[in-house]
Amino acid sequence: MIEVKDVVLGYGSRAFITAVDGATMSVGHNEIVGIAGESGSGKSTLIRAMYGDFSTGLRMTSGRITATFPGREPVDCHDMRKTWWSDISYVPQGSMSVLNPLMKVHKQLVDGLPKSKRKGSRQAIRRDLESFLAGLDLDPSVLDAYPHQLSGGMRQRVLVAVASYVEPHLILADEPTTALDVVVQKRILLMLVEIQRRLGNSLVFVSHDLGVHYQIADRLIIMYEGKAVEAGPTDEIFANPKHEYTQRLIGSLPKLGTRSSNATSLRRAGS
Amino acid sequence: MSGPVLEMAGVTRRFRKGGGLLGGKSFAAVDNVSFTLPEEPCVSSIVGESGSGKTTLARMLLRLVKPTEGSIRVLGKPVHGSEGERMSDQEFRRSVQPIFQNPFEAFSSYLPVVDYLRATAKNLEVAKGPKDIDAVVDQALLSVGLSLERIEGKFIRQFSGGELQRISIARALIPKPQLIVADEPVSMVDASLRMSIINIFERIKDEQEISFVYITHDLSTAYYLSDHVSIMNRGRIIESGTPADVLDNPAESYTRDLMDAVPRVTERWPEIEEIKARQQGKEATQVPG
Repeated sequence: MIEVKDVVLGYGSRAFITAVDGATMSVGHNEIVGIAGESGSGKSTLIRAMYGDFSTGLRMTSGRITATFPGREPVDCHDMRKTWWSDISYVPQGSMSVLNPLMKVHKQLVDGLPKSKRKGSRQAIRRDLESFLAGLDLDPSVLDAYPHQLSGGMRQRVLVAVASYVEPHLILADEPTTALDVVVQKRILLMLVEIQRRLGNSLVFVSHDLGVHYQIADRLIIMYEGKAVEAGPTDEIFANPKHEYTQRLIGSLPKLGTRSSNATSLRRAGS
Repeated sequence: MSGPVLEMAGVTRRFRKGGGLLGGKSFAAVDNVSFTLPEEPCVSSIVGESGSGKTTLARMLLRLVKPTEGSIRVLGKPVHGSEGERMSDQEFRRSVQPIFQNPFEAFSSYLPVVDYLRATAKNLEVAKGPKDIDAVVDQALLSVGLSLERIEGKFIRQFSGGELQRISIARALIPKPQLIVADEPVSMVDASLRMSIINIFERIKDEQEISFVYITHDLSTAYYLSDHVSIMNRGRIIESGTPADVLDNPAESYTRDLMDAVPRVTERWPEIEEIKARQQGKEATQVPG
Protein backbone atom coordinates (compact mmCIF):
# COMPACT_ATOMS: atom_id res chain seq x y z
CA MET A 1 0.00 0.00 0.00
CA ILE A 2 2.64 2.51 1.01
CA GLU A 3 6.43 2.19 1.02
CA VAL A 4 8.72 4.47 2.99
CA LYS A 5 12.38 4.17 2.03
CA ASP A 6 15.36 5.81 3.79
CA VAL A 7 13.39 8.97 4.32
CA VAL A 8 15.01 12.04 5.85
CA LEU A 9 12.53 14.72 6.86
CA GLY A 10 12.95 18.01 8.64
CA TYR A 11 11.87 21.57 9.05
CA GLY A 12 13.28 24.97 8.12
CA SER A 13 15.12 26.25 5.09
CA ARG A 14 18.30 27.87 6.43
CA ALA A 15 18.85 25.78 9.54
CA PHE A 16 17.50 22.36 8.70
CA ILE A 17 16.25 20.54 11.77
CA THR A 18 16.04 16.83 11.19
CA ALA A 19 12.93 15.14 12.55
CA VAL A 20 13.04 11.83 10.72
CA ASP A 21 16.49 10.49 10.02
CA GLY A 22 16.47 7.62 7.58
CA ALA A 23 13.27 5.75 8.32
CA THR A 24 12.20 2.71 6.32
CA MET A 25 8.86 0.97 6.72
CA SER A 26 5.94 -0.35 4.76
CA VAL A 27 2.20 -0.75 5.17
CA GLY A 28 0.37 -3.64 3.57
CA HIS A 29 -3.24 -4.13 2.49
CA ASN A 30 -5.97 -4.69 5.07
CA GLU A 31 -4.00 -4.10 8.21
CA ILE A 32 -3.75 -1.75 11.16
CA VAL A 33 -0.26 -0.40 11.68
CA GLY A 34 0.59 1.48 14.85
CA ILE A 35 3.54 3.86 15.08
CA ALA A 36 4.79 4.25 18.65
CA GLY A 37 7.47 6.48 20.12
CA GLU A 38 7.90 9.44 22.40
CA SER A 39 7.42 13.12 21.53
CA GLY A 40 10.17 14.25 19.25
CA SER A 41 10.81 10.79 17.83
CA GLY A 42 9.45 11.91 14.46
CA LYS A 43 6.26 9.89 14.35
CA SER A 44 3.92 12.79 13.56
CA THR A 45 6.33 14.17 10.95
CA LEU A 46 6.50 10.80 9.25
CA ILE A 47 2.73 10.45 9.06
CA ARG A 48 2.42 13.99 7.67
CA ALA A 49 4.89 13.12 4.93
CA MET A 50 2.96 9.93 4.18
CA TYR A 51 -0.11 12.11 3.77
CA GLY A 52 1.91 14.40 1.48
CA ASP A 53 1.30 17.49 3.56
CA PHE A 54 4.39 19.60 2.97
CA SER A 55 2.63 22.88 3.74
CA THR A 56 4.38 24.29 6.81
CA GLY A 57 8.08 24.10 6.17
CA LEU A 58 8.30 20.32 6.16
CA ARG A 59 10.95 19.14 3.70
CA MET A 60 12.14 15.78 2.52
CA THR A 61 15.82 15.79 1.67
CA SER A 62 16.32 12.18 0.65
CA GLY A 63 14.54 8.87 0.29
CA ARG A 64 11.09 8.30 -1.14
CA ILE A 65 7.54 7.53 -0.11
CA THR A 66 5.38 5.80 -2.68
CA ALA A 67 1.77 4.76 -2.37
CA THR A 68 0.16 2.13 -4.59
CA PHE A 69 -3.61 2.21 -4.47
CA PRO A 70 -5.61 -0.53 -6.19
CA GLY A 71 -6.26 0.28 -9.85
CA ARG A 72 -3.91 3.28 -9.95
CA GLU A 73 -0.38 4.12 -10.91
CA PRO A 74 2.00 4.43 -7.93
CA VAL A 75 1.83 7.92 -6.42
CA ASP A 76 4.81 9.81 -5.00
CA CYS A 77 4.12 11.55 -1.69
CA HIS A 78 4.58 14.99 -3.29
CA ASP A 79 1.62 14.24 -5.55
CA MET A 80 -0.44 12.65 -2.79
CA ARG A 81 -2.63 15.75 -2.65
CA LYS A 82 -4.49 14.50 -5.74
CA THR A 83 -5.66 11.43 -3.86
CA TRP A 84 -6.78 13.22 -0.71
CA TRP A 85 -10.30 12.33 0.31
CA SER A 86 -10.62 9.71 -2.36
CA ASP A 87 -7.87 7.15 -1.79
CA ILE A 88 -6.40 8.55 1.37
CA SER A 89 -7.85 10.41 4.33
CA TYR A 90 -6.54 11.83 7.56
CA VAL A 91 -7.83 12.03 11.12
CA PRO A 92 -6.11 14.91 12.90
CA GLN A 93 -5.48 15.15 16.62
CA GLY A 94 -7.13 18.38 17.75
CA SER A 95 -10.75 18.16 16.74
CA MET A 96 -11.44 21.66 18.03
CA SER A 97 -8.82 23.33 15.88
CA VAL A 98 -9.71 21.62 12.62
CA LEU A 99 -13.46 22.06 12.55
CA ASN A 100 -14.66 25.52 11.59
CA PRO A 101 -16.39 26.95 14.67
CA LEU A 102 -18.73 29.13 12.59
CA MET A 103 -20.16 26.40 10.40
CA LYS A 104 -22.54 23.61 11.20
CA VAL A 105 -20.99 20.18 10.99
CA HIS A 106 -23.18 19.17 8.06
CA LYS A 107 -21.99 21.97 5.80
CA GLN A 108 -18.35 21.28 6.62
CA LEU A 109 -18.74 17.62 5.79
CA VAL A 110 -20.46 18.19 2.47
CA ASP A 111 -17.94 20.87 1.46
CA GLY A 112 -15.10 18.48 2.14
CA LEU A 113 -16.45 15.62 0.05
CA PRO A 114 -14.90 14.83 -3.34
CA LYS A 115 -17.00 15.56 -6.44
CA SER A 116 -17.87 11.90 -6.95
CA LYS A 117 -19.57 11.81 -3.58
CA ARG A 118 -21.39 15.11 -4.07
CA LYS A 119 -23.56 13.89 -6.94
CA GLY A 120 -27.31 13.97 -6.47
CA SER A 121 -29.58 16.26 -4.53
CA ARG A 122 -28.71 17.82 -1.19
CA GLN A 123 -31.43 15.74 0.44
CA ALA A 124 -30.01 12.53 -0.96
CA ILE A 125 -26.51 13.34 0.28
CA ARG A 126 -27.96 14.24 3.63
CA ARG A 127 -29.89 10.97 3.84
CA ASP A 128 -26.80 9.04 2.86
CA LEU A 129 -24.70 10.81 5.51
CA GLU A 130 -27.36 10.20 8.14
CA SER A 131 -27.54 6.50 7.50
CA PHE A 132 -23.76 6.27 7.43
CA LEU A 133 -23.49 8.01 10.81
CA ALA A 134 -26.25 5.84 12.24
CA GLY A 135 -24.23 2.80 11.16
CA LEU A 136 -21.41 4.10 13.32
CA ASP A 137 -23.71 4.67 16.28
CA LEU A 138 -23.69 8.46 15.87
CA ASP A 139 -26.90 10.41 16.16
CA PRO A 140 -27.75 12.24 12.90
CA SER A 141 -28.47 15.37 14.97
CA VAL A 142 -24.69 15.99 15.15
CA LEU A 143 -24.98 17.23 11.57
CA ASP A 144 -27.00 20.23 12.72
CA ALA A 145 -24.69 21.13 15.57
CA TYR A 146 -21.90 23.67 15.67
CA PRO A 147 -18.57 22.14 16.77
CA HIS A 148 -18.68 23.81 20.21
CA GLN A 149 -22.00 22.12 20.93
CA LEU A 150 -20.36 18.72 20.75
CA SER A 151 -18.08 17.23 23.37
CA GLY A 152 -14.44 16.53 22.53
CA GLY A 153 -15.13 12.84 22.12
CA MET A 154 -18.13 13.44 19.88
CA ARG A 155 -16.14 15.81 17.66
CA GLN A 156 -13.38 13.27 17.33
CA ARG A 157 -15.89 10.58 16.36
CA VAL A 158 -17.31 12.93 13.73
CA LEU A 159 -13.81 13.36 12.29
CA VAL A 160 -13.28 9.61 12.18
CA ALA A 161 -16.65 9.23 10.47
CA VAL A 162 -15.79 11.86 7.87
CA ALA A 163 -12.44 10.26 7.15
CA SER A 164 -14.06 6.91 6.49
CA TYR A 165 -17.19 8.13 4.65
CA VAL A 166 -15.28 8.42 1.39
CA GLU A 167 -14.19 4.77 1.77
CA PRO A 168 -10.50 5.48 1.25
CA HIS A 169 -7.89 2.78 0.76
CA LEU A 170 -5.73 4.30 3.45
CA ILE A 171 -6.67 6.16 6.63
CA LEU A 172 -3.94 8.00 8.54
CA ALA A 173 -4.64 9.05 12.12
CA ASP A 174 -2.35 11.18 14.27
CA GLU A 175 -2.99 10.54 17.96
CA PRO A 176 -6.72 10.05 17.34
CA THR A 177 -7.60 9.57 21.01
CA THR A 178 -5.03 11.54 22.97
CA ALA A 179 -6.58 13.92 25.52
CA LEU A 180 -9.80 11.92 25.67
CA ASP A 181 -10.80 9.91 28.69
CA VAL A 182 -10.71 6.14 28.63
CA VAL A 183 -14.41 5.45 28.08
CA VAL A 184 -14.59 7.74 25.04
CA GLN A 185 -11.22 6.50 23.84
CA LYS A 186 -12.41 2.91 23.84
CA ARG A 187 -15.44 3.83 21.74
CA ILE A 188 -13.32 5.59 19.14
CA LEU A 189 -10.82 2.75 18.98
CA LEU A 190 -13.58 0.21 18.47
CA MET A 191 -15.00 2.45 15.77
CA LEU A 192 -11.64 2.64 13.99
CA VAL A 193 -11.18 -1.13 14.02
CA GLU A 194 -14.76 -1.76 12.93
CA ILE A 195 -14.39 0.64 9.98
CA GLN A 196 -11.02 -0.70 8.94
CA ARG A 197 -12.16 -4.30 8.96
CA ARG A 198 -15.44 -3.48 7.22
CA LEU A 199 -13.72 -1.58 4.40
CA GLY A 200 -10.75 -3.96 4.31
CA ASN A 201 -8.44 -0.99 3.84
CA SER A 202 -5.35 0.04 5.78
CA LEU A 203 -5.12 2.18 8.87
CA VAL A 204 -1.91 3.78 10.07
CA PHE A 205 -2.09 5.54 13.41
CA VAL A 206 0.33 7.31 15.69
CA SER A 207 0.04 7.09 19.45
CA HIS A 208 2.37 7.31 22.40
CA ASP A 209 0.10 5.04 24.42
CA LEU A 210 1.32 1.47 24.14
CA GLY A 211 -1.96 0.20 25.58
CA VAL A 212 -3.77 1.60 22.55
CA HIS A 213 -1.30 -0.10 20.22
CA TYR A 214 -1.66 -3.42 21.98
CA GLN A 215 -5.44 -3.24 21.70
CA ILE A 216 -5.87 -2.43 18.01
CA ALA A 217 -2.65 -2.65 15.99
CA ASP A 218 -1.95 -5.74 13.90
CA ARG A 219 1.59 -4.57 13.37
CA LEU A 220 3.70 -2.16 15.34
CA ILE A 221 6.53 0.18 14.33
CA ILE A 222 8.68 1.72 17.06
CA MET A 223 10.25 5.09 16.30
CA TYR A 224 13.22 6.36 18.25
CA GLU A 225 15.33 9.43 17.47
CA GLY A 226 13.92 9.72 13.97
CA LYS A 227 14.43 6.08 12.99
CA ALA A 228 12.10 3.12 12.81
CA VAL A 229 14.07 0.92 15.17
CA GLU A 230 11.76 -2.05 15.35
CA ALA A 231 8.79 -3.40 13.42
CA GLY A 232 6.74 -6.55 13.60
CA PRO A 233 3.46 -8.14 14.64
CA THR A 234 2.16 -6.48 17.81
CA ASP A 235 2.10 -9.64 19.88
CA GLU A 236 5.67 -10.51 18.96
CA ILE A 237 7.00 -7.08 19.89
CA PHE A 238 5.25 -7.13 23.25
CA ALA A 239 6.36 -10.67 23.98
CA ASN A 240 9.93 -10.26 22.80
CA PRO A 241 11.06 -6.64 22.35
CA LYS A 242 14.44 -6.60 20.61
CA HIS A 243 15.59 -2.99 20.57
CA GLU A 244 16.82 -1.56 23.84
CA TYR A 245 14.44 1.41 23.63
CA THR A 246 11.43 -0.85 23.07
CA GLN A 247 12.40 -2.89 26.10
CA ARG A 248 12.63 0.27 28.18
CA LEU A 249 9.28 1.53 26.85
CA ILE A 250 7.46 -1.69 27.63
CA GLY A 251 9.21 -2.02 30.98
CA SER A 252 8.18 1.47 32.09
CA LEU A 253 4.43 0.90 31.80
CA PRO A 254 2.38 1.21 34.95
CA LYS A 255 0.22 -1.86 34.81
CA LEU A 256 -3.20 -1.55 36.29
CA GLY A 257 -3.13 -3.52 39.48
CA THR A 258 0.48 -2.81 40.32
CA ARG A 259 1.41 -0.47 43.12
CA SER A 260 4.60 1.37 43.70
CA SER A 261 6.63 -0.82 46.05
CA ASN A 262 7.03 2.07 48.42
CA ALA A 263 3.28 2.65 48.77
CA THR A 264 2.63 -1.01 49.38
CA SER A 265 5.22 -1.21 52.11
CA LEU A 266 3.80 1.91 53.73
CA ARG A 267 0.34 0.46 53.70
CA ARG A 268 1.59 -2.72 55.30
CA ALA A 269 3.41 -0.78 57.97
CA GLY A 270 0.27 1.24 58.64
CA SER A 271 -2.21 -1.61 58.84
CA MET B 1 0.13 21.03 62.85
CA SER B 2 -2.83 19.07 64.03
CA GLY B 3 -6.11 17.99 62.58
CA PRO B 4 -6.96 17.13 59.00
CA VAL B 5 -5.19 18.93 56.14
CA LEU B 6 -8.39 19.26 54.16
CA GLU B 7 -12.06 18.92 55.03
CA MET B 8 -14.84 19.24 52.46
CA ALA B 9 -18.41 19.07 53.66
CA GLY B 10 -21.40 18.99 51.34
CA VAL B 11 -19.64 20.99 48.64
CA THR B 12 -21.85 21.82 45.69
CA ARG B 13 -21.24 24.06 42.73
CA ARG B 14 -24.04 24.91 40.35
CA PHE B 15 -23.70 26.53 36.96
CA ARG B 16 -26.46 28.01 34.88
CA LYS B 17 -27.05 26.38 31.56
CA GLY B 18 -28.55 28.19 28.59
CA GLY B 19 -31.72 30.28 28.60
CA GLY B 20 -30.20 33.74 28.11
CA LEU B 21 -29.91 36.41 30.76
CA LEU B 22 -32.70 35.48 33.13
CA GLY B 23 -33.95 32.05 32.22
CA GLY B 24 -32.14 28.77 32.04
CA LYS B 25 -31.73 25.82 34.31
CA SER B 26 -28.96 25.28 36.77
CA PHE B 27 -27.04 22.06 36.96
CA ALA B 28 -24.64 20.89 39.62
CA ALA B 29 -21.12 20.36 38.28
CA VAL B 30 -20.12 19.22 41.74
CA ASP B 31 -22.92 17.77 43.81
CA ASN B 32 -22.70 17.38 47.58
CA VAL B 33 -19.10 16.18 47.82
CA SER B 34 -17.55 15.54 51.21
CA PHE B 35 -14.15 14.19 51.99
CA THR B 36 -11.28 14.59 54.38
CA LEU B 37 -7.54 14.31 54.03
CA PRO B 38 -6.01 13.11 57.30
CA GLU B 39 -3.15 14.77 59.11
CA GLU B 40 -0.46 12.39 57.89
CA PRO B 41 0.69 12.97 54.30
CA CYS B 42 -1.14 10.96 51.68
CA VAL B 43 -2.16 10.97 48.05
CA SER B 44 -5.88 11.06 47.44
CA SER B 45 -6.98 10.64 43.83
CA ILE B 46 -10.15 11.83 42.22
CA VAL B 47 -10.82 9.83 39.10
CA GLY B 48 -13.51 10.52 36.55
CA GLU B 49 -14.10 11.09 32.86
CA SER B 50 -14.45 14.47 31.14
CA GLY B 51 -17.40 16.39 32.47
CA SER B 52 -17.54 14.52 35.77
CA GLY B 53 -16.79 17.70 37.70
CA LYS B 54 -13.29 16.88 38.84
CA THR B 55 -11.71 20.07 37.52
CA THR B 56 -14.45 22.23 39.07
CA LEU B 57 -13.68 20.49 42.34
CA ALA B 58 -9.98 21.25 41.95
CA ARG B 59 -10.73 24.88 41.17
CA MET B 60 -12.80 25.16 44.35
CA LEU B 61 -9.95 23.66 46.38
CA LEU B 62 -7.66 26.28 44.86
CA ARG B 63 -10.05 29.11 45.63
CA LEU B 64 -10.53 29.86 41.95
CA VAL B 65 -14.26 29.06 42.04
CA LYS B 66 -16.62 29.59 44.95
CA PRO B 67 -18.85 26.73 46.03
CA THR B 68 -22.59 27.37 45.86
CA GLU B 69 -23.09 25.37 49.04
CA GLY B 70 -20.96 23.60 51.60
CA SER B 71 -17.62 24.41 53.13
CA ILE B 72 -13.97 23.70 52.41
CA ARG B 73 -11.43 23.98 55.20
CA VAL B 74 -7.67 23.76 54.94
CA LEU B 75 -5.82 23.18 58.24
CA GLY B 76 -9.07 23.99 60.02
CA LYS B 77 -9.59 27.38 58.39
CA PRO B 78 -12.25 28.17 55.81
CA VAL B 79 -11.00 28.60 52.24
CA HIS B 80 -13.96 30.62 51.02
CA GLY B 81 -15.97 33.39 52.60
CA SER B 82 -15.59 37.11 53.19
CA GLU B 83 -12.20 38.74 53.62
CA GLY B 84 -12.19 38.57 57.42
CA GLU B 85 -13.43 35.06 58.04
CA ARG B 86 -11.47 33.08 55.45
CA MET B 87 -7.82 32.15 55.56
CA SER B 88 -5.70 35.10 54.40
CA ASP B 89 -4.45 35.03 50.80
CA GLN B 90 -0.85 34.83 51.87
CA GLU B 91 -1.45 31.95 54.28
CA PHE B 92 -3.59 30.12 51.72
CA ARG B 93 -0.92 30.32 49.03
CA ARG B 94 1.69 29.09 51.43
CA SER B 95 -0.45 26.12 52.43
CA VAL B 96 -2.01 25.06 49.14
CA GLN B 97 -0.27 25.04 45.77
CA PRO B 98 -1.49 24.05 42.31
CA ILE B 99 0.02 22.03 39.49
CA PHE B 100 -1.92 22.30 36.25
CA GLN B 101 -2.28 20.09 33.23
CA ASN B 102 -0.43 22.06 30.62
CA PRO B 103 2.88 23.54 31.79
CA PHE B 104 3.22 25.46 28.51
CA GLU B 105 0.15 27.46 29.49
CA ALA B 106 1.17 27.83 33.12
CA PHE B 107 4.18 30.01 32.31
CA SER B 108 4.35 32.96 29.94
CA SER B 109 6.57 32.55 26.91
CA TYR B 110 7.96 36.09 27.35
CA LEU B 111 9.67 35.57 30.70
CA PRO B 112 12.46 33.20 31.67
CA VAL B 113 10.80 30.38 33.57
CA VAL B 114 13.05 30.82 36.57
CA ASP B 115 11.57 34.30 37.17
CA TYR B 116 8.34 32.62 38.23
CA LEU B 117 10.16 30.55 40.81
CA ARG B 118 12.01 33.57 42.19
CA ALA B 119 8.76 35.57 42.28
CA THR B 120 7.04 32.77 44.19
CA ALA B 121 9.81 32.70 46.78
CA LYS B 122 9.77 36.49 47.07
CA ASN B 123 6.04 37.12 47.12
CA LEU B 124 5.29 34.36 49.59
CA GLU B 125 8.12 35.65 51.79
CA VAL B 126 9.84 32.30 51.85
CA ALA B 127 13.24 33.95 51.59
CA LYS B 128 14.68 37.47 51.73
CA GLY B 129 17.48 38.81 49.58
CA PRO B 130 18.58 37.46 46.19
CA LYS B 131 21.02 34.94 47.64
CA ASP B 132 18.49 33.30 49.93
CA ILE B 133 15.90 33.28 47.18
CA ASP B 134 18.29 31.54 44.80
CA ALA B 135 19.13 28.98 47.47
CA VAL B 136 15.44 28.20 48.03
CA VAL B 137 14.77 27.95 44.29
CA ASP B 138 17.77 25.70 43.75
CA GLN B 139 16.71 23.47 46.62
CA ALA B 140 13.22 23.07 45.14
CA LEU B 141 14.65 22.29 41.71
CA LEU B 142 17.02 19.72 43.16
CA SER B 143 14.12 17.75 44.59
CA VAL B 144 12.73 17.28 41.06
CA GLY B 145 16.11 16.40 39.59
CA LEU B 146 16.93 19.81 38.09
CA SER B 147 19.03 22.75 39.24
CA LEU B 148 19.01 26.52 39.07
CA GLU B 149 22.07 26.43 36.87
CA ARG B 150 20.31 24.23 34.31
CA ILE B 151 17.24 26.40 33.88
CA GLU B 152 18.68 29.90 34.43
CA GLY B 153 17.69 32.30 31.66
CA LYS B 154 15.75 29.76 29.60
CA PHE B 155 12.26 30.26 28.17
CA ILE B 156 9.48 27.67 28.01
CA ARG B 157 10.16 26.65 24.42
CA GLN B 158 13.64 25.57 25.43
CA PHE B 159 12.24 22.85 27.67
CA SER B 160 10.49 19.58 26.93
CA GLY B 161 7.01 19.04 28.38
CA GLY B 162 8.37 16.69 31.01
CA GLU B 163 11.07 19.11 32.16
CA LEU B 164 8.64 21.99 32.29
CA GLN B 165 6.17 19.97 34.33
CA ARG B 166 8.98 19.16 36.77
CA ILE B 167 9.71 22.89 36.99
CA SER B 168 6.07 23.60 37.85
CA ILE B 169 6.29 20.97 40.57
CA ALA B 170 9.43 22.69 41.89
CA ARG B 171 7.60 26.02 41.89
CA ALA B 172 4.78 24.51 43.92
CA LEU B 173 7.28 23.16 46.46
CA ILE B 174 8.91 26.54 47.17
CA PRO B 175 6.60 27.67 50.02
CA LYS B 176 6.68 24.14 51.52
CA PRO B 177 2.89 23.76 51.33
CA GLN B 178 0.87 21.18 53.24
CA LEU B 179 -1.27 20.38 50.22
CA ILE B 180 -0.68 20.26 46.47
CA VAL B 181 -3.65 20.06 44.13
CA ALA B 182 -2.52 18.48 40.86
CA ASP B 183 -5.08 18.61 38.07
CA GLU B 184 -4.16 16.08 35.35
CA PRO B 185 -0.45 16.74 35.84
CA VAL B 186 0.76 13.97 33.55
CA SER B 187 -1.85 13.76 30.81
CA MET B 188 0.22 16.02 28.55
CA VAL B 189 3.44 14.18 29.30
CA ASP B 190 4.85 11.30 27.28
CA ALA B 191 4.10 7.79 28.43
CA SER B 192 7.77 7.04 28.94
CA LEU B 193 8.24 10.10 31.17
CA ARG B 194 4.91 9.85 32.97
CA MET B 195 6.16 7.39 35.53
CA SER B 196 9.19 9.50 36.41
CA ILE B 197 6.86 12.37 37.35
CA ILE B 198 4.57 10.09 39.30
CA ASN B 199 7.59 8.81 41.22
CA ILE B 200 8.59 12.40 42.02
CA PHE B 201 5.17 12.92 43.63
CA GLU B 202 5.62 9.89 45.75
CA ARG B 203 9.09 10.92 46.88
CA ILE B 204 7.92 14.42 47.74
CA LYS B 205 5.08 13.02 49.79
CA ASP B 206 7.46 10.90 51.85
CA GLU B 207 10.41 13.28 52.13
CA GLN B 208 8.64 16.62 52.46
CA GLU B 209 5.43 15.37 54.08
CA ILE B 210 3.15 17.04 51.57
CA SER B 211 -0.32 15.69 50.81
CA PHE B 212 -1.65 15.53 47.28
CA VAL B 213 -5.05 15.71 45.73
CA TYR B 214 -4.35 13.98 42.42
CA ILE B 215 -7.01 14.61 39.82
CA THR B 216 -6.87 12.35 36.80
CA HIS B 217 -8.71 10.21 34.31
CA ASP B 218 -5.87 7.72 34.25
CA LEU B 219 -6.72 4.77 36.44
CA SER B 220 -3.35 3.08 36.18
CA THR B 221 -1.35 5.97 37.65
CA ALA B 222 -4.08 6.57 40.26
CA TYR B 223 -3.84 2.94 41.28
CA TYR B 224 -0.07 3.08 41.40
CA LEU B 225 0.28 6.28 43.39
CA SER B 226 -2.68 6.80 45.68
CA ASP B 227 -3.48 5.87 49.22
CA HIS B 228 -7.12 6.70 48.64
CA VAL B 229 -9.22 6.80 45.47
CA SER B 230 -12.56 8.51 44.85
CA ILE B 231 -14.50 7.81 41.67
CA MET B 232 -16.44 10.80 40.43
CA ASN B 233 -19.39 10.65 38.06
CA ARG B 234 -21.81 13.46 37.19
CA GLY B 235 -20.60 15.64 40.02
CA ARG B 236 -20.88 13.04 42.74
CA ILE B 237 -18.36 10.79 44.40
CA ILE B 238 -19.93 7.43 43.79
CA GLU B 239 -17.32 5.21 45.33
CA SER B 240 -14.20 5.65 47.43
CA GLY B 241 -11.64 3.70 49.42
CA THR B 242 -8.17 2.26 49.01
CA PRO B 243 -7.15 1.52 45.42
CA ALA B 244 -7.36 -2.18 46.09
CA ASP B 245 -10.92 -1.90 47.45
CA VAL B 246 -12.24 0.39 44.76
CA LEU B 247 -10.40 -0.74 41.66
CA ASP B 248 -10.02 -4.45 42.29
CA ASN B 249 -13.55 -4.95 43.54
CA PRO B 250 -15.63 -2.12 42.15
CA ALA B 251 -19.12 -2.03 43.59
CA GLU B 252 -20.49 0.43 41.04
CA SER B 253 -21.06 -0.53 37.43
CA TYR B 254 -19.64 2.83 36.38
CA THR B 255 -16.32 2.03 38.04
CA ARG B 256 -16.30 -1.34 36.30
CA ASP B 257 -16.89 0.38 32.94
CA LEU B 258 -13.98 2.72 33.64
CA MET B 259 -11.73 -0.20 34.52
CA ASP B 260 -12.77 -2.12 31.40
CA ALA B 261 -12.02 0.82 29.14
CA VAL B 262 -8.36 1.06 30.14
CA PRO B 263 -6.27 -0.10 27.18
CA ARG B 264 -4.12 -2.73 28.83
CA VAL B 265 -1.11 -4.43 27.38
CA THR B 266 -1.92 -7.79 28.86
CA GLU B 267 -5.36 -8.64 27.52
CA ARG B 268 -7.41 -7.39 24.58
CA TRP B 269 -10.93 -6.15 24.75
CA PRO B 270 -13.31 -8.92 23.71
CA GLU B 271 -14.99 -6.49 21.28
CA ILE B 272 -11.74 -6.08 19.32
CA GLU B 273 -11.16 -9.82 19.19
CA GLU B 274 -14.74 -10.24 18.03
CA ILE B 275 -14.53 -7.68 15.20
CA LYS B 276 -11.23 -9.08 13.98
CA ALA B 277 -12.42 -12.69 14.15
CA ARG B 278 -15.68 -11.87 12.36
CA GLN B 279 -13.90 -10.26 9.42
CA GLN B 280 -11.38 -13.06 9.20
CA GLY B 281 -14.29 -15.50 8.96
CA LYS B 282 -15.76 -13.47 6.09
CA GLU B 283 -12.52 -13.48 4.16
CA ALA B 284 -12.20 -17.22 4.53
CA THR B 285 -15.66 -17.74 3.01
CA GLN B 286 -15.04 -15.19 0.25
CA VAL B 287 -11.99 -16.95 -1.13
CA PRO B 288 -13.03 -20.57 -1.57
CA GLY B 289 -10.08 -22.57 -2.83
